Amino acid sequence: MNYHWNWDIFLAETPSGSTTYLGWLLSGLEVTIAVSLSAWIIALIVGLFMGVFRTVPNRWLSGIATVYVEVFRNTPLLVQLFIWYFVMPELLPVSIGNAFKSINPFLQQFIAAMLCLALFTGARVCEQVRSGINSLSVGQRYAGLALGFTLPQTYRYAILPMAIRIILPPLTSEFLNIFKNSAVASTIGLLELAAQGRQLVDYTAQAYESFIAVTVLFMAINVVVMVLMHKIEARARVPGNAGGG
Amino acid sequence: MISIKNVSKHYGTFKVLTDCSAEVEKGEVIVICGPSGSGKSTLIKCVNGLEPFQQGEIVVNGISVGDPKTNLSKLRAHVGMVFQNFELFPHMSVIDNLCIAQIKVLGRSREEAIERGRKLLERVGLLNQAEKFPGQLSGGQQQRVAIARALAMDPICMLFDEPTSALDPEMVNEVLDVMVGLAQEGMTMMVVTHEMGFARKVANRVIFMDEGRIVEDAPKEDFFSKPRSERAQLFLSKILQH
Amino acid sequence: MGYEFDWSSIPGALPYLWEGMIITLKITAVAVSVGIVWGTLLALMRMSGFKVLGWLAAGYVNLFRSIPLVMVLLWFFLIIPSVLVSLLDIPRSFDTRLVSAMVAFSLFEAAYYSEIIRAGIRSVARGQMGAANALGMSYAMAMRLVILPQAFRNMVPLLLTQGIILFQDTSLVYVSSLPDFFGVSYRVGSRDGRLVELLLFAGAVYFIISFIASQLVKHIQKRKTA
Ligand SMILES: Nc1ncnc2c1ncn2[C@@H]1O[C@H](COP(=O)(O)OP(=O)(O)OP(=O)(O)O)[C@@H](O)[C@H]1O
Ligand SMILES: [Mg+2]
Repeated sequence: MNYHWNWDIFLAETPSGSTTYLGWLLSGLEVTIAVSLSAWIIALIVGLFMGVFRTVPNRWLSGIATVYVEVFRNTPLLVQLFIWYFVMPELLPVSIGNAFKSINPFLQQFIAAMLCLALFTGARVCEQVRSGINSLSVGQRYAGLALGFTLPQTYRYAILPMAIRIILPPLTSEFLNIFKNSAVASTIGLLELAAQGRQLVDYTAQAYESFIAVTVLFMAINVVVMVLMHKIEARARVPGNAGGG
Repeated sequence: MISIKNVSKHYGTFKVLTDCSAEVEKGEVIVICGPSGSGKSTLIKCVNGLEPFQQGEIVVNGISVGDPKTNLSKLRAHVGMVFQNFELFPHMSVIDNLCIAQIKVLGRSREEAIERGRKLLERVGLLNQAEKFPGQLSGGQQQRVAIARALAMDPICMLFDEPTSALDPEMVNEVLDVMVGLAQEGMTMMVVTHEMGFARKVANRVIFMDEGRIVEDAPKEDFFSKPRSERAQLFLSKILQH
Repeated sequence: MGYEFDWSSIPGALPYLWEGMIITLKITAVAVSVGIVWGTLLALMRMSGFKVLGWLAAGYVNLFRSIPLVMVLLWFFLIIPSVLVSLLDIPRSFDTRLVSAMVAFSLFEAAYYSEIIRAGIRSVARGQMGAANALGMSYAMAMRLVILPQAFRNMVPLLLTQGIILFQDTSLVYVSSLPDFFGVSYRVGSRDGRLVELLLFAGAVYFIISFIASQLVKHIQKRKTA
């Protein structure tokens, strides 16, 4: 194969002029981080509540949470994304749908991708939260209630602090996944990292450099997330508890 | 103080409790014993509403536990409970374990709670462990902390569910000593235990359960000298062989 | 809500959708089989004790696990065709997209399968390797006769669950405009101006298949532990 390596391509100016190809990648990186982080925060909140709902003695709440998890885990991410982007604006009340369609395209893509990633990941977080709660002995729940805590207080002070510590490792991998999954948003035109890499190929035909650069950036995200989560795990570790923290 | 009247409970078709009745007066210490699976834990958990029951009535300090209108949290705040596996909150230091419910349930200030907590830790001989975490303590120490945690709520009565059966033998006495002290101070107590030495020392009455029924409810002298039921006799002879 | 549903374009499109589903299932089947075989080899390489093999396998697994599937797919659609054309001397008109997709999914999934398999082997080997060695079996023999069969029996639910995830992920071949089930749904939807209906329909089909499959897996799991 006579491929022409050209690493200087990143410093070359793009056709539009205002920036370099490296600038494209970096702006893609920014979008990837922004959409993933905002989705992650929503996913944590949704997953926490739904995970708790799955374990409370209330048929309605646990039913809602079960349906949520099953629906969002059994449909492809891409289909969910297209439904958020193409279907939701049509099904919402006309005024809201039109308002959505009139904002700038980048924001439309960003919001659809964020909601999609958030609820998709939320279903997985929910299952982690549930299994974390179930891994604690029922005695902890009894102990909280016996002290006079209400059920919400029992969750807040007795159950969740331990359950969350237990699920930190699997949450780390969900956190990593959300960054990877965000690349799917390139299919609706969101110019995140993978899309910028693709665009670079289209413009310069330097496929290998582009893919290597994008891969390195994704790996860098991985490293940062893992270091961060290890720090959190270390801080959350409970003295005297070998397994549980 | 605690009145249990004709209480029955079942899971599906399986009857866990059948027509159980018992009275506990203020200041009385009742020991409940019986073979495994006889429903002792279930009965004692019904007393503070941790387990629901289908029939009968339980009244604690004038409040009906089974009544859907009863605020169970409020009732439980004043009924101390100690579990077989301690059930301290592992993510909190010992002193925080003692303070959290005082603050969040009773509405005490942090200073008040700490003061009360430290007093009780001193009483169970663990003041020097206040800043440690449960995982750093021995089983006996954890159980003493658990008793102190329940006492911090100024309970009107205490429920114990096999408080010493998860402990290594050499730690049993340190926990029993605390319980004896409580009994002698006049605390109303229902204690599920197989420690017959404890029963002989401080119990007023012994209740013997088998297959979900209260088979015998007798003053301790009678229970140990002439248990009426055959099953209680068998049970006692088995325990004494250990 | 102001939207008026019109499902009439679906019945006529069923034959195309069916053909799309065949492609989806083909990719899934190939990627699951090749992925498990290649994944097992990777797992064995990592556990072999040969440092270089171990590093290579670890590097492979970590690389694939840290990049998005969409990127892997784009990458393969870009290079596989030219490799095939230059290696096998096939005509340029040959549609390499299906082969590219199969290769990409197989190689990608192998990384995930290898982690499942490695954990499964480890949990069995802990006790059984010593026992097998005591019976005079060599490492390879013990692996083949004692450990792998047990490990795979334990791993069936996890491997199947990964297969269900893969089945859903095949929709990402959309980026190569390969007419899989999702691709066909999308095309019919945009052709007839009925994207809303077709997307919901596609979602429902994926849901029903994945849901039933995951219930089956749960059932198998229960029977195993019972
Ligand atoms: N959630 C449940 N569903 C069905 N059966 C239950 C449940 N909880 C307890 N049981 C059954 O109820 C019976 C009484 O249980 P309980 O724990 O009260 O016995 P126990 O006398 O405390 O025994 P042990 O000495 O072993 O603690 C047992 O046969 C147990 O199997
Ligand atoms: Mg019990």
